[in-house]
Amino acid sequence: MGSLMEIASVVFLVIGSFLCVSGGVGILRFPDFYTRMHAVGVTETLATAMILIGLMLQNPDGLVLLKLIIILLMTLFISPTASHALASAAVHNNLIPELDNKAESEKESSSNP
Amino acid sequence: MLIAATIAILVVMIMAILRAITGPTLYDRILAVNMFGTKTVLLISLLGFVMGRPEFLDIAIVYALINFISVIGVLHYSDAKVFKASEQQKK
Repeated sequence: MGSLMEIASVVFLVIGSFLCVSGGVGILRFPDFYTRMHAVGVTETLATAMILIGLMLQNPDGLVLLKLIIILLMTLFISPTASHALASAAVHNNLIPELDNKAESEKESSSNP
Repeated sequence: MLIAATIAILVVMIMAILRAITGPTLYDRILAVNMFGTKTVLLISLLGFVMGRPEFLDIAIVYALINFISVIGVLHYSDAKVFKASEQQKK
């Protein structure tokens, strides 16, 4: 039983690390602010949940488990709220998505030669 | 395995700092700082388990709250001129 929990913990930690690294590659490689926010916002919540569940399976005692659950719940509430506030501020200040802008300018140049 | 996850999170934090330095707009920098804070919470939790002192989780809870308040506090001034000036540079 103990080895089963260790294997599950390692699997959760590996999945969480992979999601973290994919979010980091996404924030470096994506071309636009909104796509970067998609990469970070999608991977951040799931990666945090996976790593914290992997830590919960490390067989800690009761209080540590309670603190991990508190951190997980706080992250699940806080991260989407911050992402929503950031995206609404960007939209409110007319930050235009790059790809859409380029497509529109090409369409305008092709329709109005 | 805990040490490997810690190293992965450190690499991701370096990536977030690179985006925060080279971010073309102000929102990219705020996004990178937000991601950096979340990864710091994970790093503190993992380091507590690596070093055998899970009492570090209290610091992780406090850091999560401070991270949220800092992002919301910066975005509270999103009507200021600085936000629109950086966006006009991009146009």
